[in-house]
Amino acid sequence: MSQRTATGVSLDIAGLTVGYGGEPVLHGVGLTLRPGEVVAVLGANGAGKTTLLRTLAGLVRPTAGSIELGGADILTLRTEDRARRGLALVPDGQSVVAELTVDENLRLGALWRHRGAARERAIAEIYDLFEPLARRRSSAGHQLSGGERQMLAIGRALVAEPALLAVDEPSLGLAPLIVGDVMTALRDAAASRGLTVLLAEQNVTSALSIADRGVVLSLGTVVADAPADLLASDADLRHAYLGF
Amino acid sequence: MDHLLFLIATGLARGAIFALFALSLVLIWRAARIINFAQGAMALVATYAAFAVTGMTGSYWAGLGAGILAGAAIGLGVERGLMRFTRDSHPLAGIIVAIGLVMVLQALLGIFFGQQHRPMHTPFSDSPLTVGGVPLLSPYDIFVLVVALAVMGGLALLFNRTSMGLQLRASAFSPEVSRVLGVRVSLMVTVGWMLSAAVAALAAMLLVPTELGLNPHSTDVLFVYAFTVAVVGGLDSPVGALLGGLVVGVAMTLVTGYLGATFAPIGVLVLLVVVLLVKPGGIFSMREARSA
Amino acid sequence: MNRIAPSLTGAPRTIVMGAVLTVVAIAATFGLDPYRNFQLATIVAYFCAVAGLTLLVGLTGQLSLGHAALMAVGGYAYALTASLATDMGLDGLPRFLLGMAGAIAASTLHGLLLGLAGARLHGPYLAGLTLGIAIALPAVTAQFSGVLGGDQGLRIDRDDVPAVLSRLIVVEQWQAWVAIMIAGVVVTGLAAVRRSSLGLRMRAVRDDETAARLSGVPAGRVKVVAFTLSSVAAGAGGAALCFVTQSVSPGAYTLAFSLLLVVAAVVGGLGSIGGAALGAALIVMLPWLVATLTDLVDMPAELEQRLSGNLGLLVFGALLIIVMLARPGGLAGLRRGRRTRRTSAEDPTPPSGPDAVAATSPTGATAADPAPASALREMPANDQPRTPQTVLQSPTERER
Ligand SMILES: Nc1ncnc2c1ncn2[C@@H]1O[C@H](COP(=O)(O)OP(=O)(O)OP(=O)(O)O)[C@@H](O)[C@H]1O
Ligand SMILES: [Mg+2]
Repeated sequence: MSQRTATGVSLDIAGLTVGYGGEPVLHGVGLTLRPGEVVAVLGANGAGKTTLLRTLAGLVRPTAGSIELGGADILTLRTEDRARRGLALVPDGQSVVAELTVDENLRLGALWRHRGAARERAIAEIYDLFEPLARRRSSAGHQLSGGERQMLAIGRALVAEPALLAVDEPSLGLAPLIVGDVMTALRDAAASRGLTVLLAEQNVTSALSIADRGVVLSLGTVVADAPADLLASDADLRHAYLGF
Repeated sequence: MDHLLFLIATGLARGAIFALFALSLVLIWRAARIINFAQGAMALVATYAAFAVTGMTGSYWAGLGAGILAGAAIGLGVERGLMRFTRDSHPLAGIIVAIGLVMVLQALLGIFFGQQHRPMHTPFSDSPLTVGGVPLLSPYDIFVLVVALAVMGGLALLFNRTSMGLQLRASAFSPEVSRVLGVRVSLMVTVGWMLSAAVAALAAMLLVPTELGLNPHSTDVLFVYAFTVAVVGGLDSPVGALLGGLVVGVAMTLVTGYLGATFAPIGVLVLLVVVLLVKPGGIFSMREARSA
Repeated sequence: MNRIAPSLTGAPRTIVMGAVLTVVAIAATFGLDPYRNFQLATIVAYFCAVAGLTLLVGLTGQLSLGHAALMAVGGYAYALTASLATDMGLDGLPRFLLGMAGAIAASTLHGLLLGLAGARLHGPYLAGLTLGIAIALPAVTAQFSGVLGGDQGLRIDRDDVPAVLSRLIVVEQWQAWVAIMIAGVVVTGLAAVRRSSLGLRMRAVRDDETAARLSGVPAGRVKVVAFTLSSVAAGAGGAALCFVTQSVSPGAYTLAFSLLLVVAAVVGGLGSIGGAALGAALIVMLPWLVATLTDLVDMPAELEQRLSGNLGLLVFGALLIIVMLARPGGLAGLRRGRRTRRTSAEDPTPPSGPDAVAATSPTGATAADPAPASALREMPANDQPRTPQTVLQSPTERER
């Protein structure tokens, strides 16, 4: 791993209201991440986690609110320009491009950030980080296992050296053992690069195990925002919002 | 026997043009999931541009270049001006708007240039060379084959070996993921249309000189043949377009040579029906891709 | 129309309405001169085919670019059976009925075969296949010129006005009557299908074929039946046209004409029978109007020759594009929009079913059927990969 200074930036979301035409799905959500902070967004099915992340990436337009990345307003930017400002979204469902090979998927992620030899170096770094991928360089995306696909999706986001990484339910559909691996890889990557991470998860325990802070969404509103260890140990909070 | 050889040879040259045009349909299909029913009419407008430039400069090559550029420009205009807006509309909007465009373009060509056939000349002789006493390909046929193969090779390199090609493929397969990765998908769709329309223009310019001449309906049949080729080959498969083009080209030349020219459209129809019924994914396509 | 037959519902109501409209149309022929009656007969014959096409596209989402060829099937079959009847010494009503029976049988058969092929295909593939059929028609007639008469086509004897009516009307008016009666029967049948449970199943298949299958709708069979019905309507239109013009030839059923039928269906409003009538009138009257207008302007003969034909085509093409992009509901959608606004101002209950024959959205859902509209509102406006069912859209939705 090459030596790197902290690259993470702050994220400020305020008053975010988002709907799909009918009733809003998010009601004035506010959330602040300090540079390099890892924050878990927790909540039950349909709480609005995916909506929050997709709005962040510009795939869904909010009706009200503001989003600032490193102090700059990004709300008017298109998805691809937000990506080029350093905002990387790993969508839910192990979203690799199934028709492209592992190598091509990574190359695609690196395209706008690096050229020539730097690109090859950045890709090689990802292969160091996720060793199983290195063995499958020329396999098509649809030939990978779920865990490999999730690693590829995360690796493909990291290869562009983002300032903020937003990951949507990386644990979805993975065996518990693999979830642990993916979370560890995520934590290591974040720590070594000083990344700011927004991690949407239903798997509360494993998310809180790598997060600094947890934010609980319920029916589109933030109902709790507390340090991860506090949240993990506060039985009342857990009962009320996380259901265990 | 000699006749058979001759027919197969000319069929290959003709098939190369079908393949090129079918490839252009595959390009748009992959970029935008639209079968562009206006592809023939758009290519025809570019061919008229080539005809005009050749008329003014006296150079076939200047006309060819101008036609290709005109094709790309038309692709740009049609995508940005029309097709972009069909995505959020009725499911059949893409096809229906394309049909409207065919009518508009053919009407405009008819108004500006009239219905008469304008002869276009070939840059090389189109009388067949004889090999060992057997008439085979003409120099123009050889030119057509070389150009078609070169263009296909070039496109294969572009798509498989360059960053642009990687972005074009990614945008076609997963537009949303591509955007999240910073790929300018809407630009890629436009580039796909421009490439496709330029290739179609080239195919039309290669074909028209071997036919009666340039007329507002010169590419109607070319479109139907190329559509058949694309379906035979599998709409997702550039290799399928190449092989399908050669197969259809040879088959049609044989049908025309032995059964008469009027039978050719029926032959195409029969082929289309059989392939659609027996192997709807296309003969050369591996995936089930017919649910669009 | 509620006032005409307030107590009727369902199929009887459709039949009564069809009968009333048929009688009204027949009465209207007394106000027209022979040439206008000829135009009316043509419009009505086209109306059959356009009504069949609009139901096919609007209800099942299958686009046919070869409906002119299916009209030709009806026309040729009518001509062949009618000639056969003449040879057998028949004329008048028996000959006409035999001819119609031949036309219906032939177009049922062709529709069934094509429907079987088409049921397995989605949008663009069926469009391409039917396009191929439209292109192959002249080749077929040339290939079998012994029976089909090649480029020249077939001619049949004219049916004169029946003796009882001969003092009252001229032959053009009689022909209009016959065409109107054919259309009355065919279109009433289509309207009944549209409102039946079969019509409902067609829409289910259009909206989401997999879901329809899972809930027990035999999607393949529904599509085949829809295509066959549509083909019969087109064939009846071709037969009517053959009766009116006493001829049928490949030149009358070109690809361009097939596309005109699509224009009529789209501009009228896909899925709407009232829209089909407007569309049919449009494709007959607009070229005539354009020709009349260009006649008024003084211009060189060369230019006039180029404009004739092409100007109409230009207008049709532009209309097709504009309607599809700006108002997929077509003319019927406009009517519906106006009525919805008016009723909502005066009366809070939404306009409901019975007289919604012409008041449909492009997807065929009536105004009283809010489900598809609300389904759409929840679709994201970004460019996620589109599946067919994400595009359910009613005209009101598009006013945003
Ligand atoms: N494309 C859409 N169209 C309409 N409604 C949507 C759409 N996507 C999500 N919703 C609605 O928005 C709400 C929040 O959904 P979202 O996907 O953001 O939840 P989530 O917290 O990610 O849930 P899960 O844990 O199940 O992934 C849900 O009620 C859902 O039905
Ligand atoms: Mg989610």
